[in-house]
Amino acid sequence: MQVSNTFKTLLQLLILCFSMQSFAFSDTEQEGAVSTKEQVDEYILHHLKDSHDFHLFSYSNDAGERKHVGFPLPVILWSNNGLATFMSSEFHHDDNGQVIVERNGSKFVKLHSKIYELDNGASSVSFDEEHHATNAHKVLDFSITKSVVGVLLVGLLMLLAFSSLAKQYAKKSIPTGFGRVLEPLVLYVRDEIARPNIGEKHYRKFTGYLLTVFFFIWILNLMGLTPFGFNVTGQIAVTACLAIFTLVIYTVSGNRDYWMHILWMPGVPVFVKPILAIIELAGAFIIKPFSLLVRLFANISAGHIVVMSLIAIMFTLKESLGVAGATGLSLVLSFFITLIEVLVAFLQAYIFTALSALFIGMAVAEHDHDHGHDSHGNEVVDAEDVRGDFI
Amino acid sequence: MEVLLNDFSPGLFVVQTILLLGLIFLMVKFAWKPILNSLNERESGIQEALAAAEKAKADMQNLQADNEKMLQEARSEREAMLKEAREIKEKMISDSKEQAKIEGDKMLKQAQAAIESEKKAAVADIKNQVAELSVAIAEKVIKEELSSNEKQLKLVDTMLSDIKLN
Repeated sequence: MQVSNTFKTLLQLLILCFSMQSFAFSDTEQEGAVSTKEQVDEYILHHLKDSHDFHLFSYSNDAGERKHVGFPLPVILWSNNGLATFMSSEFHHDDNGQVIVERNGSKFVKLHSKIYELDNGASSVSFDEEHHATNAHKVLDFSITKSVVGVLLVGLLMLLAFSSLAKQYAKKSIPTGFGRVLEPLVLYVRDEIARPNIGEKHYRKFTGYLLTVFFFIWILNLMGLTPFGFNVTGQIAVTACLAIFTLVIYTVSGNRDYWMHILWMPGVPVFVKPILAIIELAGAFIIKPFSLLVRLFANISAGHIVVMSLIAIMFTLKESLGVAGATGLSLVLSFFITLIEVLVAFLQAYIFTALSALFIGMAVAEHDHDHGHDSHGNEVVDAEDVRGDFI
Repeated sequence: MEVLLNDFSPGLFVVQTILLLGLIFLMVKFAWKPILNSLNERESGIQEALAAAEKAKADMQNLQADNEKMLQEARSEREAMLKEAREIKEKMISDSKEQAKIEGDKMLKQAQAAIESEKKAAVADIKNQVAELSVAIAEKVIKEELSSNEKQLKLVDTMLSDIKLN
């Protein structure tokens, strides 16, 4: 209880601190409201990317100036001249490389949601025809971006919710309140994902990872559907990280049989074995993690694009349908697609976790069964092997 | 592909890796381990309780069967005892009947023998008395008969004639 109280106070402080800053940070910008097709496209693409500040909403004031409300986030960079830190508000919402921030003798600009360091001697960014910077290079960006805030928030929420559930068990065997919602979810992951895919003998060791990943992805997917617009699971770096975790886990815990089936497949003619080994190696180290990372990334990104495009019907079809028609159509369509997205949010978390469990299960499966032999002495593949080969 | 690679932020990747590692560690330590342990405990508790209930039921059934068996045994024992008692009774009755018969026969025989001997004694007594009476009568008759000489002679004559005849 003590710990969770401390957490709560911390969270409140954090929110307070951010909200205070949000008043200080209402910047004007040249760009107007989003209304044309090109602006919509750009807005959607911009949203899909990670951002360095937490943007809540924008409005135009009476003087016609564009105001942005939100709060800045810390920028932490590893540049040629060492570590550089500043608040993202120093870029003044510039995303086109116009505003230059100087720290430790390095000049930084923000260009399409990425921070570039100007080459020595350059005082402003010059572009080629495709709008790529010619005299600036990317830096290692460890900033607390919006995605990182999302991750931290989810981590904090998960810790709070599940450690309080864990504490409930110390006193009573049946949880009450919110724990009653969480317990079946935990049981679901354990009994429907971990246990059947990994097997009774080994599942316990991996359930912690699977539970963490499941709730992490699910909550982040759901947060992506809120107007705060987190797109954490649509960041390829995040999904890549998750996929690599799974890769590392099933590679490290793979048993002798698993490596045997990868490197020297039993039951096939010798000349096929090296070919199969190449395919299996590619499968284990490239295809499996790649399928994990791309599936999650693509599904969530696509969901965000569809929802935002449907909302944008309001502007794009305004002329042909009229304001009321376009708005109505947009509302109805985006409402239903959002419902579907809620389902997809769960589904993708489930699929990622289930596939991770399956890959781990294949790595730790014990082939204690003897392969049957047909009349020619060749091993007869059984259903389990076939299943393993297809997935 | 190029766009995807361009979108890939190594910094975010590193931060995410660190955060995820930390999150997994913290969640396992503070949440999943205690939750899963207590869930397992609870489940095994339920399993045990169910098994115990099953066992109690089986025990109960055994007990009932035992009771039934004991009742059956008691009943058959009672039956046997009753039968035995009846047999004993019958035997006793028949035995005593036999005994009585034998005893009666014996007594009858004794009585008959006593009667016989009494009869014999009575007959002998009667015989003696008859003899005595006869002798007395004969004496009297003889005294009468031989009261005169004439008669005495006549008797001698008759006797002598009898002898002659012989």
